[in-house]
Amino acid sequence: MQVPPAQNCNSAERIVVIRNEEGLHMRPAMQFIDCANGFESQITIHKGDQRANGKSIAELTMLAAGKGTQLRICAVGNDAAQAIEALAEIIENEITKNTD
Amino acid sequence: MEIIKGIGVSPGVVVCPAVVLDAEDYRIPKREVPSSQTRMEIQRLRRAFMDATGELIHLEDAQGDLWDRRIKDIFAVHLHFLRDRTLRRRITELISEKQYTAEYAVSVVMRDVARRFSQAQDQYISERASDIYDIERRLLRHLIGERREELQHLREPVVVVAHDLTPTQTAGFDKEFIKGIATDAGGRTSHTAIVARSMGIPAVVALGNVTDEINPGDTIIVDGNRGTIVINPDQATLDEYKRFAAEIVEHVHELDEMIQLPAVTTDGVTITLLGNIEFPYEAEITLAKGGDGIGLYRTEFLYLDAAEEPTEEDHYQAYLDTINTMGKHPITIRTVDLGADKFTQEKNPIPERNPFLGLRSIRYCLQNLSLFRKQIRAILRASAHGNVKIMFPLITSLLELRQAKWVLADVKEDLEEEGIDFDENIPIGVMIETPAAALVAEELADEVDFFSIGTNDLIQYTLAVDRVNEKVASLYSPTHPAVLNLINHVVRTAIRAKIDVSLCGEMASEIEYTPLLLGMGFTILSLAPPIIPEIKEIVRSVSVDQCRRLARKALSMDTDTQIISLLREELRNIQRID
Repeated sequence: MQVPPAQNCNSAERIVVIRNEEGLHMRPAMQFIDCANGFESQITIHKGDQRANGKSIAELTMLAAGKGTQLRICAVGNDAAQAIEALAEIIENEITKNTD
Repeated sequence: MEIIKGIGVSPGVVVCPAVVLDAEDYRIPKREVPSSQTRMEIQRLRRAFMDATGELIHLEDAQGDLWDRRIKDIFAVHLHFLRDRTLRRRITELISEKQYTAEYAVSVVMRDVARRFSQAQDQYISERASDIYDIERRLLRHLIGERREELQHLREPVVVVAHDLTPTQTAGFDKEFIKGIATDAGGRTSHTAIVARSMGIPAVVALGNVTDEINPGDTIIVDGNRGTIVINPDQATLDEYKRFAAEIVEHVHELDEMIQLPAVTTDGVTITLLGNIEFPYEAEITLAKGGDGIGLYRTEFLYLDAAEEPTEEDHYQAYLDTINTMGKHPITIRTVDLGADKFTQEKNPIPERNPFLGLRSIRYCLQNLSLFRKQIRAILRASAHGNVKIMFPLITSLLELRQAKWVLADVKEDLEEEGIDFDENIPIGVMIETPAAALVAEELADEVDFFSIGTNDLIQYTLAVDRVNEKVASLYSPTHPAVLNLINHVVRTAIRAKIDVSLCGEMASEIEYTPLLLGMGFTILSLAPPIIPEIKEIVRSVSVDQCRRLARKALSMDTDTQIISLLREELRNIQRID
């Protein structure tokens, strides 16, 4: 499922590192999905050569991204830049706050 | 009668007839349909997703107030999966491309997801596979119809026997009738364990093929304390357990009121009662039983199940779990006390002739520095998040203590350089569990913040008795004057040096010794969490003054039999007054 070269729509990407202790487990993953679904852009998460749809809890949790994992978040669509901003914020700040 | 050993994940004892849940999954009636019908199958699938979602929302509305947050999380996960459009698209594609029935397509996709979960390295993720099976079953139930009603029509108390319980099954449990759980699979962090503990019913998991061994209606004893179940017990065992179970229930009710009361003697001295724990979940029991913190956190469990040495992260996670439960309460982590066990022996080609006098505990750590440093790093990192203390076991000399402290200082320096947070002033303690340590207590006291007396080993080494050896077990005596004199010497030394001293051996869990220990000057006792209310009851019915007189008398006696008679008589008097 190759993303066509961006021409008419915007794209953005960001590399983030999972910092919270339990990794991108169920609860943080749900938070991520809820946020991603608020944007119209397509969201894709890359972990090494694995890839997941950023709006799918099944695919995201199957990445089993633990603490220290580096992820590349890509967004393609009209609100790509905002989506990347919000999602990176979740990974880097939000989910580290409510580990328990 | 058959006894099977598993893992006790929720304490308590219960005797009840068994209900065996069908280990077999829903049978899929038909796998393929003519291509003309695929649209109808896709409709059925959408309906099933909608109904399942509606059912969950309804369940949460009706019962959500009764659930704790972990159960709520589980259901939130289910809802997210049911709303996952990518997942649903995969199922829909199978129906339209391969002419699968909706139920078969659901099964194929969900099983693939579950398989990938269970293969994950991460234990947390792999145990979540049961969530996926649960979602599969939920969808199939809507596609195929109800079949699993057994648990909703209970009329008498039962023990539930199953392969591995799913969150939906356990959340629908009727606490009035479901008194215990036994499962083939599962681990300490599996849902069965979490839910059983939060419901307060005994559970034993990892029992192998227990569903095959048990027939519906068999009488089952679930002993969550020992991690065993007994199938069709003989009369003697049954009587013993029934008495045991009744005693537990009766006494627990009696002691429940103790939990909220302070541990203060009649003359106003506050006694700190801490829990000895091994697994992070026992921290919850400690709090539930009114404990003031963790006085001994054993860390060997990290090594015993593992095929490989646990990582720094494994240590850190376990400590963090405990800290999260305990909040600001103190937690004393003992560095690993390995020796004469699988982990150390497998790497040791020649068995030690005398492992208890061999390479164990702090000695093993000091010869395996990378292992030791890993744990210390984890403890230090954890210390940034809570009230953590570190304690070295089996110290026999000042030099050994200094070596251990040197490693600690070195790791601290590393963390500082890396900019990683830790508690710079983390209190350091030693366990006094050899006669040597007791006799050099003055010197040790100058270089540590606290002592913790481990009476089990102290008695064994002082009296040269292996208490597991039945031929000499009768010589193992906590009230032997030699033992009491050593303990007394350590307490005096600590009080003079103005450092904390606690007692964390089994002596602290037995009520007959409590007055003696208070009389010797202990104000901190660390014991098995379930026993805390019992000890508190004794604390609240004695005065330190009276205990001091008792201790003086005991210490002047010549034999252990005289002393134990004295203690028992005192206990009878205390209990008579109550």
